[in-house]
Parts: sequence; C-alpha cells; structure tokens
Amino acid sequence: MKWDSTTYRLTDRGRFLMIAIVISIVGVAASVAAFFINREQFFFSWLTSFLFWFSLAAGGLFFVMLHHLVGATWSVVIRRLAEAVMSVLPFLGIAFIPLLFGMHDLYHWSHADVVAQDELLQWKSGYLNTTFFVIRAVVYFAVWTLLTFLLRKTSLAQDAGHTPELEARFRKISAPGMVAFALTLTLASFDWLMSLDPHWYSTIFGVYVFAGAVVAVLAFLILAVIMMQKRGVLTEAVTIEHYHDLGKLLFAFMIFWAYMAFSQYFLIWYGNIPEETLWFLHRWTGSWKTVSLVLVFGHFVIPFFIFITRGAKRNKSFLSIFVIWMLLIHWVDLYWVVMPTLHPHGVHFSWIDMAPMLAIGGAFLARFWYTLGAQPLVPVGDPRLEKSIKIVN
Amino acid sequence: MANQSGKVHGLLARFESPGALLEAAKKINAAGYKKFDSHSPFPIHGMDEAMRLKRSPIGWIAGLLALCGGAGLLALQWWSSSVEYPLVISGKPFFSFQAYVPVTFAGAVLCAAFAATFGMLMINQLPRLHHPVFFSDNFNATDDGFFISIEAGDPDFDKDKTAAFLKSIGCVEVEVLQG
Repeated sequence: MKWDSTTYRLTDRGRFLMIAIVISIVGVAASVAAFFINREQFFFSWLTSFLFWFSLAAGGLFFVMLHHLVGATWSVVIRRLAEAVMSVLPFLGIAFIPLLFGMHDLYHWSHADVVAQDELLQWKSGYLNTTFFVIRAVVYFAVWTLLTFLLRKTSLAQDAGHTPELEARFRKISAPGMVAFALTLTLASFDWLMSLDPHWYSTIFGVYVFAGAVVAVLAFLILAVIMMQKRGVLTEAVTIEHYHDLGKLLFAFMIFWAYMAFSQYFLIWYGNIPEETLWFLHRWTGSWKTVSLVLVFGHFVIPFFIFITRGAKRNKSFLSIFVIWMLLIHWVDLYWVVMPTLHPHGVHFSWIDMAPMLAIGGAFLARFWYTLGAQPLVPVGDPRLEKSIKIVN
Repeated sequence: MANQSGKVHGLLARFESPGALLEAAKKINAAGYKKFDSHSPFPIHGMDEAMRLKRSPIGWIAGLLALCGGAGLLALQWWSSSVEYPLVISGKPFFSFQAYVPVTFAGAVLCAAFAATFGMLMINQLPRLHHPVFFSDNFNATDDGFFISIEAGDPDFDKDKTAAFLKSIGCVEVEVLQG
C-alpha cells in the first residue's frame, strides 16, 4: 500500500485486496463444509457473523449522515473511510441470502405446526410470517442501498468541484435518511435478532443494537486509520486531534450502549413478567452467566475507567489495543444475543462460528478497500477539508 | 482614572489583534514572567499552550465528587431500605442494587455538575467584586480589545522595565494599574 500525495489516491493496493479475497474464499469453503456438518449451528454462526459486519456498515451509514446533518468539520478527513464502510451495506444483502434459507432453522415462528399450537404466536403471525419477513428484508436493503448510493454519488460529485447545492443535497438526503435509518434498523433488529425468541419483546432493543453498532464502527475507523498511518498513508491529514475526537465519540456511545442495555434489563427486572424475564434467565444459565458478566465489565465498567482520561484517547499504541478489544467484545455481545437460542444450557463455542466471520469479513474488507482506493482518500472538494486537518480540540 | 497615587497592581498592555496577543504571550513566557493573564473577547486557539497553562484539574474534581455522590446515594438507599425500614417490594430482596442504579447514577451526575460549576468558580477565584484590571477605563476586552496584564506580584516585575519590555514586543499602549 502506498499513497500518492498529489492525487490523494491509494496506489499499490492490490496485495491487501488479494489477501481479503483469499480470506473470504477460505471462509466460504469452510462455511460450505460447516453447512453439511452441522446445519443448525452453521446458520446461527452465519447470523452472528452477518450481524457483526452488518453493524459496522450500518454504523458507517449513520456516521456519514450524522456528519452531514450537524455540518461537522473535524470528521471531514475521515469521511471517506466512513463512506467506504457504508458502501459495503448493499453488498451485505448477498450475505443475507443464506439466512433466508436458514429461516426454518433459526426462527421458531416459521414452523406452521408450532404456531398452530401457540396462541401468542398466532396473534403475532400477522407480522412474523415468512413472506412478510422477506418483504421487509428487501425493503430494508433497498432503503440502505438508496441512501448509500445517493450519499456516495454526491460525495464523488463534490470532488469535481464544490457547490452550495451539493452541501444542501447532502442534508436533504441525510435528514429523511436518518429517520428511515432509525426505523429500518429498529425493525431489522426486531426481525433478525429479537424474533429468535418470538415470545420475547423489548421496544428498546433496536436502540441497543444501534448503540453497539456505532461503538463498533468508531473502533473500526480508529483501527483503520492507525493501520494506514503505520504504512505512511494519511499521516498528514489525520492528527492526534482526530483520534481524540473519535475516541470521545466511542466513549460516549459505549456509555450509551450500557445505558440502553441496563434500561432494557431494568424494566424487565422490575416488571417481572415471565415471558419477558425468560430472555434474561436464559442468559444467566450455566456458562452464559459468565458471558453476561464479561459483557458488563468488558463492554462497560473496565473500558469506562481506563478510557475516561484524555491521555488514553490520545495514545495511539493504547488505542490500537483498546479498539481491537471493543470490536471483540462487540462480537461477544452479538454472540450473547443470538446463541442462547441454540445452546440454552451454556456456551458452546465451535469452529463453525469462525467460518462465516472469515467469509463475510474478507468480502467486507475487500469491498471496503476497493471503494477506498477508487477515489481520493480525503474529500478533496470539501471546502472544510483544510479546517478539518488543522482542527484542535 | 481613579486614584493615581495608589499602590501599583500591575501593567495592562493592549495589542492589535488575536495573533499579536498570542505572540506576545509566548514572548512574555520566554522572558520568565509567571503571574500574567491574557484577556480577549473570544477564546483564542493555542492560547493555553502559548501561556503554558497547566491542564485544569476540574475533570478530577468533578470525577471524584461524582464517585462520592454516587457512593453516598447508594449507601442512603441501602440503609433506608434494608436497615432502617426494610420493606418487601414485589418479592425482591431488601438490597436490590438494580433498583438503586437510577438514583445513584442521577446523583453522581448531579454531584459532577455541581462540582464542575462550583469548582470552576473556585479555581477562577470567583465571584469577586473587583479586579485590578477594572482600574483601566480602556479595558474593553469584552468588545474588541486584546490585553495582557502582568501582576506586580511577579518576581520579575519592575514597573518601568516591564513596561519597556511590553512596548518592545509590540503592544499598542501600556497602562499602569493602580488603586
């Protein structure tokens, strides 16, 4: 990887692309094997992995729209990275297709005989039925693809020359886009995650998933910049001030995640209604209890105290370890939401969990990297670019 | 001008622009002055570094008070509902930490906010009714003036030499603060 400082483009980026594609191919091969070895486990693992990478891409879309809505200056230099993360979103629709074939294994409510004996599921069947599930998924991906396409198109148009109309267009896309994003992400997390336990419901669940997604994308952006700067890319554009800003947002969203997680738990604990408490009871059974505690301390309590200082957010070598940890714990969070449905008695880790991670992850990184190289690495047409480079906290 | 014959409190120098003020702060620092302050209508980026100000301890004050406030309110809830007046509420244990989290959290935030506000006032030695710079009738630092004041308490302070020094680093006018 090299970077041409006159055109602000990445050159010589083929090697990373190759590595990512090879990882993806290995992952796909392992996934196919996993499918034949243990089909049920495979679909649950695929769902967890899909959600991990999906949450990064969704977080990227949120970051870009937020950037335009608030008219942020500091984040202009990393906007292209967030856009590249976002650009994976339409392609994740392909990674979603296997889940449609796995619906019968994943979702209890898709069994007609089960629904016939379950009055609660009969009441819910107007929403929880296979046809509507597929239609909704198509609508979600259509909305996200449209937003991604419009934002990228405007962004590339800006490179040729900025006009006030482009600035206005960014906001015209982002304002309704944000509303559409909030609704689709909430419903998508209801559909894909909450309905794993179709008796259970929590209205805050979408916000919980959203908070985790934003933490993950910020961690990913910090990691990506660190890795690129180590190879001499973006070294002049991104300063320690940008790390500090990203770190502050990461810290805030980490607290927001804890706030949502606790609020969800707290109301269910207080209300003490059996079909609500069961979800938490499953996650307090056997070794799941350990995972729950790891989440409380590893996703909030310990990071809160070690990441609260200014020094921690401005120390690159600390940051690189910290963000890897946050990505890891984000995966644990999703694993903790998905897997107790399949293994109610305790954690049952399997190699099958890793195969889809490689398959989707490799493709994710390849697409991310491809988009990043296809355009200048910083939005050269943005009038706030210079101010963004010189930002001081 | 008020009392011309009073004690000398320091010098007030006016500069043309924010940039000149920033440069002057650096030079005054280099000359070894410690007790000086800059006054401008708006915050100037880089001024903290130019003046070599230490990081404010306000974060630590707020953080410590937040911990104390949170711990105090948690203790109050524990004491009132499991020691002083134990009451079974919807079959839950007397000490149910879950139920205490909102009050503990809100209390910690409240204490942090109070600590930040009043700590800030304390560190800035506020409120106060008078400050030597108000002796000057030209002190329009809330409008369009950029000033640096050097206090007489500084070990390097000498009314004439310091005034000459301030002139040499490009101030527009120097005024002696008395009264």
